[in-house]
Amino acid sequence: MTVASTSVATTAAPAPAGAAGPPATRKPSLILFALPALLFFVVFAIVPLLGVIVLSFTKWNGIGAIVFNGLATWQDTLTRPTTWNALWLTVRIVILSWLAQTPLSILLGVFVAGHQRYRQVLAVIFFLPLLLSSAAIAITYKTLLDPNFGLAAGLNIPLLAQNWLGDEVLVWFVLIFIISWQFIPFHTLIYQGGVRQIPKALYEAAEIDGAGRLKQFFYITLPQLKYTIITSSTLMAVGSLTYFDIIFVLTTGGPGTSTRILPLDMYLTGFRGSEMGVASAIAVMLVVIGLSLAMAVQRLGGKGSRGSQMDGM
Amino acid sequence: MNNRNPRTWNWFGGAAGWLWLAIIIIPIYFVFVTSFKTTSTYFGSNPLALPAPFTFDNYVRVVEANFIGYLVNSVIVVIGTVGPLLIFAFMAAYAIVRGEGRLIRFVQRGFLLGLAIPVQATIVPVYLLIITMHMYDSLPALMLPGIAFGLPLSILILANFIRDIPNELFESMSLDGCTEWQKLWRLAFPMTQPALVTVAVYQALLSWNGFLFPLILTQSPGKRTLPLALWAFQGEYATDIPVVLAAVVLTLAPILVLYAFGRRYLVSGMTAGVGK
Repeated sequence: MTVASTSVATTAAPAPAGAAGPPATRKPSLILFALPALLFFVVFAIVPLLGVIVLSFTKWNGIGAIVFNGLATWQDTLTRPTTWNALWLTVRIVILSWLAQTPLSILLGVFVAGHQRYRQVLAVIFFLPLLLSSAAIAITYKTLLDPNFGLAAGLNIPLLAQNWLGDEVLVWFVLIFIISWQFIPFHTLIYQGGVRQIPKALYEAAEIDGAGRLKQFFYITLPQLKYTIITSSTLMAVGSLTYFDIIFVLTTGGPGTSTRILPLDMYLTGFRGSEMGVASAIAVMLVVIGLSLAMAVQRLGGKGSRGSQMDGM
Repeated sequence: MNNRNPRTWNWFGGAAGWLWLAIIIIPIYFVFVTSFKTTSTYFGSNPLALPAPFTFDNYVRVVEANFIGYLVNSVIVVIGTVGPLLIFAFMAAYAIVRGEGRLIRFVQRGFLLGLAIPVQATIVPVYLLIITMHMYDSLPALMLPGIAFGLPLSILILANFIRDIPNELFESMSLDGCTEWQKLWRLAFPMTQPALVTVAVYQALLSWNGFLFPLILTQSPGKRTLPLALWAFQGEYATDIPVVLAAVVLTLAPILVLYAFGRRYLVSGMTAGVGK
């Protein structure tokens, strides 16, 4: 070993002058190390992604043979009223959950960005909902909100004893509330990181100029958080397309079809209604909407929203 | 670091902070307290009062409903997903950082794009794939897509860490005649440890809480993982609220323990993907 290493050392020594270091040590054969990951990724992510496009032109009940159906499946999908209802509900959930979550997340993010000890303790507790499964959260709220056995009945507050999950309007308040409960902690975390990156000097300068708290917030904090807002909004918008588990367990799309958003419609149509072709067409719509939403939010905030703002990762 | 501005107290933020604390805590408190109440005392009493009498019966009934079995299933799926995921992602990240050539850059871009694939949109083809492989209604069926969809983010995080290892260390190992395989495990692996733990903890949480794949890829009760079992259990015991909530606590308890010991890793795992 030692003999070999010294001989390599002597031959390698003069090299650095010409070959600028790294190239000698970097090898194309390393692709072999990526093979296991590549195999899994291609088979279980890329193939399904392309497969869903192919399946959207077929007819399949989930058990029998898959039959080519051409554009007829798309025609079916686009002429079903359920699809358009689901699409509209999806737009609604994206917008409403953004409106509910963003101001609160910013407010709480600014709050827990302070270095006071009690705020750190609060931040630890704020994180708790992120640990729970959507199923557990939905079941907890189902229990809490039950008009006969829930919180309202036990506390004897008739006003709270509404048919929360059985009313087409109320159910949306509940849904947005629970989604906020579950995901605001995550966005608070993002904003906390963003706020901590704002240079202190900006606030010191503002203070010398006599700017108050509120002015500092609107003229320094908010503009400085621009890229954080874009990041958080992108994740929120794309994320709200995928709220499946929580709604599935909470309402299964009901009452009626009033909470049957696209991913839920896709699941129910495919796996309950045995129309896998139509489900695949809906899945393609979901992918397209997701990508265009992400791109739209990025475009809206201007390019170059990279700026690694989190934890230096 | 001191308070930024001790002169004025941030009333608005303070109010929001404490109010939010109540909103977070009340449901969680309700779940814990109720899980120790008898069904008869739960009805008609203050749901937020402490349990009197205090009982473990609900937990006994949850265990009798085979929740230990579901817990074991969940543990198997988490280990079977996170183990291979971690090794494959680490090796791929190493190849991306240390390797060269058009092929590797192409692979790197592919994994980056993978971050944008919405998992849910792939459930029909994944289901088709699993039944074609005759793996429907088995625990490995849950691991395979779990590994695949965990890869892009894991590779991203690990690659960022491997990139930070000083090049001189790799060079000196080359001078000692070490192969890339030895550098991978003797140098990069120990030096990437914090990131590996972060990725492992975060992916374990995702896998533990996963609902969609168990829903579409399993059928028999014996193959249920905890979230799915919880959902089925709730359907059967809908009116027996303390028992249902005891089941909720049981699924949550292991993560709370994890959170107590590895909070730092969980938080950085959650936010790691955001910077990019």
